[in-house]
Amino acid sequence: MIEIGLGHYLTLGAVIFSIGVIGIFLNRKNIIVILMSIELILLAVNINLVSFSIYLNDLSGQVFTLFILTVAAAEAAIGLAIIVVYYRNSGTIRVEDIDKLKG
Amino acid sequence: MIAHSIFFYFFSIIAIISAIMVTASKNTVHSVFFLILDFISISCLFIMIGAEFLGMIMLIVYVGAVAVLFLFVVMMLNVAQQKNQWFASKSSSKHIPVGLIISAIIFFELIIVVGGWKYKPNLVETNNFSKINEISNTHLLGQVLYTDYIHIFQISGMILLIAMIGAIVLTYRQREGVKKQSYIKQISRERSEGVEVLEVSSNKGVKIDD
Repeated sequence: MIEIGLGHYLTLGAVIFSIGVIGIFLNRKNIIVILMSIELILLAVNINLVSFSIYLNDLSGQVFTLFILTVAAAEAAIGLAIIVVYYRNSGTIRVEDIDKLKG
Repeated sequence: MIAHSIFFYFFSIIAIISAIMVTASKNTVHSVFFLILDFISISCLFIMIGAEFLGMIMLIVYVGAVAVLFLFVVMMLNVAQQKNQWFASKSSSKHIPVGLIISAIIFFELIIVVGGWKYKPNLVETNNFSKINEISNTHLLGQVLYTDYIHIFQISGMILLIAMIGAIVLTYRQREGVKKQSYIKQISRERSEGVEVLEVSSNKGVKIDD
């Protein structure tokens, strides 16, 4: 319990990943919170990669964390642009009101 | 070692609580603030276990760019005031227990995997390999990133470029009544349409722009 090992970091990553998934499922607000939950999930993935990279003495994990960071930034930019366009067209970004696909 | 564990629990508890608050807070601006707190505490954890470069990059990219972008969009769209209670409508709250169950199953699967993790018997577990090599983490990462992973690095640059172009194309709109510079018109202007020589008779003056 006192000695911090790899398992502690993996558990932290699992907890944050699950909170992100819960945030996607339970979201009753606007769709920006869903994007923030996706950012949380990517953060959990980054925690796993960095802790494996440190504890297994291999730099590839940190390199891939860098690429995940790139993809996360691109995804946030595109997602927010889509949200801005949708808000301009329909006037709302509440999750319940976005039902044009009848899903 | 005791300081390591104390700081680990401190930062991870802050990270978990702020992650919960991201999904649970009613105001979207508060969610963005808790997201920033989450990123900061996770990057402190990264710096603590020896990945200094990634911790600092997380601070710059996530806190400095992505979270501020979220904050900007939230404030621009004026959705912060659309406060909403949980379980708003009966029809759309049917999938909430299913979502909770699936999230719990994912969590327990991950915990089972972590608990059952076994190292290879000949594995040498090190905590801080930058001290062994006497090179800093940033130096090591640069040595790997620009040699072995150079193609993926350039492709990630292309991804960023495409994302930038896509965001601009998506949000661009043509407005009416905005004066713009037209290079073609400026370059193709001739003397004959710009200058006119008039005979000015005395005591009459010249009428321009008629």
